[in-house]
Amino acid sequence: MPLTNATQIARSEGDPIVEKKGPSSLTGPDRLARALGWFSIGLGVAELVAPGKLARMLGLEDKEGLIRAYGARELASAVPTLSVDKPVGLASRIAGDALDLGTLATALRRDNPQRHNAAIATAMVVGITLLDIAAYTGVKAVHSRQRGSERDYSDRSGLPRGSQASRGLARRDFDPPADYRAEGKLADALPELVA
Amino acid sequence: MKALVWHGKEDVRYDTVSDPEIEHPRDAIIKVTSCAICGSDLHLFHNLIPAMLPGDVLGHESMGEVVEVGSAAKGSLAVGDRVVIPFTIQCGECDQCLRGNYSVCRRTNRKGELGDKAFGHRTAGLFGYTHLTGGYPGGQAEYLRVPFADTTHIKVPDGIDDEKLLFLSDILPTGWQAAVQADIQPGDIVAVWGCGPVGQMTIRSAILLGAEQVIAIDYLPERLSMAAAAGAITINFEEESVLERLNELTGGEGPHKCIDAVGSENHVNFGQPDTILDRAKQMLLAENDRPHVLREMIYACRVAGVISIIGVYTGLVDKIPMGQAMNKGLTFRMAQAHVPRWTGDLLRRIEDGQIDPSFVITHKVDLSKGPEMYRTFRDKADSCIKVMLQP
Repeated sequence: MPLTNATQIARSEGDPIVEKKGPSSLTGPDRLARALGWFSIGLGVAELVAPGKLARMLGLEDKEGLIRAYGARELASAVPTLSVDKPVGLASRIAGDALDLGTLATALRRDNPQRHNAAIATAMVVGITLLDIAAYTGVKAVHSRQRGSERDYSDRSGLPRGSQASRGLARRDFDPPADYRAEGKLADALPELVA
Repeated sequence: MKALVWHGKEDVRYDTVSDPEIEHPRDAIIKVTSCAICGSDLHLFHNLIPAMLPGDVLGHESMGEVVEVGSAAKGSLAVGDRVVIPFTIQCGECDQCLRGNYSVCRRTNRKGELGDKAFGHRTAGLFGYTHLTGGYPGGQAEYLRVPFADTTHIKVPDGIDDEKLLFLSDILPTGWQAAVQADIQPGDIVAVWGCGPVGQMTIRSAILLGAEQVIAIDYLPERLSMAAAAGAITINFEEESVLERLNELTGGEGPHKCIDAVGSENHVNFGQPDTILDRAKQMLLAENDRPHVLREMIYACRVAGVISIIGVYTGLVDKIPMGQAMNKGLTFRMAQAHVPRWTGDLLRRIEDGQIDPSFVITHKVDLSKGPEMYRTFRDKADSCIKVMLQP
């Protein structure tokens, strides 16, 4: 919950009010990543709170502990996915998807009475994996820096008289204010002692 | 009017909002001719500074023309005046304003009780920033209401382009104060961490104030090339050890003065493992800032040297080597810039041709491109260093 809600901060009367929303800085891949981050939190909480129910539903009764661990993993990957470092979170989600698929594969055995549920869950995880991959490649593409194509600004000195001629130019008419002085010599502070 | 509006983390929109009006006799309304995106706007973009509300208008680097003046501001301002607006709002009358400490004005934070809770004691009201500093609507907009307008403006002459004057609002006096805080003496070797817009202004200020040598530290080639253009020796921390190189350049003694122009959001990289731990803690809300630069400065600085902090920090930081700082006898100075304290002098230096701050502008676009420029600036894409917006 934002601090603003907790503290009941409100904008002051007279401040501009939004009349019509315009284009956002958020891109499609950013929004997809955000949705996947919240999905991670939902799934993670479900796996932590009700691993037994999920295990029975999938015919994985002996893997309750593992499902709970996967819940913790989901929450851990949700944090970076919802942060500005989305690629880190999405990469961990893709790795997690692989683990999920590996675990679900063991539930697809013919003698599992819940095989049908496991097949549905597998299809869902495959779909989510594709979304994770799309989000990962999307955010990497829209937020890339194109290394190697940097511009050279070595002609932008900002010192019209040149660097060397500008050195100390301000000292001719600017003394550091007394309240900003940190330097000093003993001879200046205690001349009688030095003499 | 049109404005850039904060709607949440990484969500800045080009919205239509209601026009500002005079609310107090000391107010004025300006028609914004130019504004800019500041590095500290990115802390808001990343939602690292608490107490923003969806619908807040962003921007604290603006200039324009006065179009309406409240009755109490009429002695100082008139319709048609060309003004740059400092990012700090100052009353000009409280004990801190009278000392020149404008960024901690005691009276302009209209949400002062919130400021008291967050900071211990309230600081000045700021434009387009958190509600901890008053939550005043910002100037990345077509119009801006300026509270305490009689004391919160810098009159500028006609005949000089906006590009040269706009940065009197923030980054030029901020960089200047970073250098002044360091009390640079002739012969000093000054190291500046961070070659973003404030770092670039700091480098030029340090040279004007007589630094014998400025050493600029960053990892982005385009920023390092701009630092070198002013005569700085550059260190790319992704390619070489900062500490080894600083010792090599200073005869093993370290820089006399160390300036932090990075602040809260240090670049995260495997070469500086503490940044990874800080980032993880920041994600888990266990730490507000990533203070790698602060740690490195304390270690690198010459004994009895000065640490000047101008990069914005937002809250709690971990593992600051206070033992080293104390035993080395370092002096620390830090503050948000007390903008009007320096702007008269700096305007004269611009007019005199001592400095031309327009060198830092790499992108000049229409205000409507603001949302995508926030992204470009944050991603450091397209060699972006400073974005100037025109409504």
